[in-house]
Amino acid sequence: MVELFIFFEQIYRILFLLIPVLVSVAMVVWLDRRVWAFVQKRRGPNVVGPFGLFQTLADALKYIFKEIIIPASSNKVIFILAPIVTMTLALIAWAVIPFSETFVLADINVGILYLFAVSSLGVYGIIMGGWASNSKYPFLGAIRSAAQMVSYEVSIGVIIINVLLCVGSLNLSDIVLAQKDLWFVIPLFPMFIIFFISALAETNRPPFDLPEAEAELVAGYQTEYSGMMYAMFWLGEYANILLMCAMGSILFLGGWLSPIDLFPFNVIPAPIWLILKILFLFILFALIKAIVPRYRYDQLMKLGWKIFLPFSLIYVVLTASFLMYFDLLPGN
Amino acid sequence: MIAHAIVFYIFSLIAIVSAIMVTVSKNTVNSVFFLILDFISISCLFIMIGAEFLGMIMLIVYVGAVAVLFLFVVMMLNVAQQKNEWFNSSGRSSHIPVGLLVSIIIFFELIIVIGGWKYKPDLLDSIAIEINTDLTNTQSLGSVIYTDYIHLFQLSGMVLLVAMIGAIVLTFRQRSGVKRQSYFKQISRDRKDGIELVDVENNKGVKIDV
Repeated sequence: MVELFIFFEQIYRILFLLIPVLVSVAMVVWLDRRVWAFVQKRRGPNVVGPFGLFQTLADALKYIFKEIIIPASSNKVIFILAPIVTMTLALIAWAVIPFSETFVLADINVGILYLFAVSSLGVYGIIMGGWASNSKYPFLGAIRSAAQMVSYEVSIGVIIINVLLCVGSLNLSDIVLAQKDLWFVIPLFPMFIIFFISALAETNRPPFDLPEAEAELVAGYQTEYSGMMYAMFWLGEYANILLMCAMGSILFLGGWLSPIDLFPFNVIPAPIWLILKILFLFILFALIKAIVPRYRYDQLMKLGWKIFLPFSLIYVVLTASFLMYFDLLPGN
Repeated sequence: MIAHAIVFYIFSLIAIVSAIMVTVSKNTVNSVFFLILDFISISCLFIMIGAEFLGMIMLIVYVGAVAVLFLFVVMMLNVAQQKNEWFNSSGRSSHIPVGLLVSIIIFFELIIVIGGWKYKPDLLDSIAIEINTDLTNTQSLGSVIYTDYIHLFQLSGMVLLVAMIGAIVLTFRQRSGVKRQSYFKQISRDRKDGIELVDVENNKGVKIDV
């Protein structure tokens, strides 16, 4: 009986996390389009609901009622599995994100590795979708994204090592608490910039949206998808973007901590701070989408392997030497 | 405890079935997907016995990188053509005896290893370094690899480096006539190298792009 109670309590807690995440994904799609529109001096979606807030819900309803077309020559099982994989992977990663000192679903020892693992699995949704469609544009998109995401994961991994050197633990709550005096964005500012750019590439956002470059590949791996399956890809993509923003704010911007421990700031509850930081990073993502032209493919690879990887490796050596020299290494 | 056992059997069943499916399935891409499923369930088993670091590294390295490269290669093979070649070729395949030999050797090795474990229950006591149960996985692995056995670790790193350089040398080919963008050249050129005024003779033309 007690086990059953614990089981239902866990389910309640999971729902209490997942439903706000899904709602905020919908809101964030609206925010993305609004920011994009404001940069280009347009209005953006402003008709459905107050300020057009319900635009995404209306879009989702439209997708639900559309017919799902499965191409005759596709590999049907994998074709249907691909959006499910994308969506699931985008959602399970939220289990380890700490919203405050107590409010975290799973406070595991290797939280940051879990996040890294889940974000590196994200490439499968795209590859499966692209291959199973059995058509040329999706396949090219899938191949491109596989190479791109694997390349940029490497530099994200090295950046994470930089942060871990300063923390001495893989636990996300420990990482946040280690930033109580100084957010890591200040000593590791170059790493923050590289993390941000790699996150853009990892989530296939402009200027690195080569897997779905509409001028060359129609819509890349999404070409053959329609209706709800397309919407799932789309939701998964935005949930991934939010996740990357959350990861950035935990690694560099002090997670749920307030910027200064003074009266008007430390009254605001911790989760609000994390959400504000995520939103800040997301607005940067949206701005970048509006102001930067798309990279060429060889430029993208060059940036990842020849610039980011060596630079972040050198920075690891620098950080480690600095900590060693001034005897600041955590844990002893 | 019962729930633990049930979950363990579910994961190991998935692992075994997908391992069999890797070899049985006709479509190469499907077998890579089964391989990925196998990796994932094995990393779940690692996490279940408390080796969370190993499980996560398994996910990151094998599923996140190695299997992606497998898929990358396998997807680009022309599967239909290859299948035809296999079925139409006359004479028996010569890989079967070799494969059989290798698998029998591996099988006996596994029997010896697991048998050793079975008949020497105090195997854990005979290891060189004491296991400190207070530390987390990550910390104890780090201290063993980077402090106690640092020279062996460096040596294996060297071996891997040599293997990597060898692979690069084997596959490296320099093609001539490929136009590459050089940022440095691009920004350091001025009007003098960019523009050239030529008097063109009638019916002769000029040769550009030298």
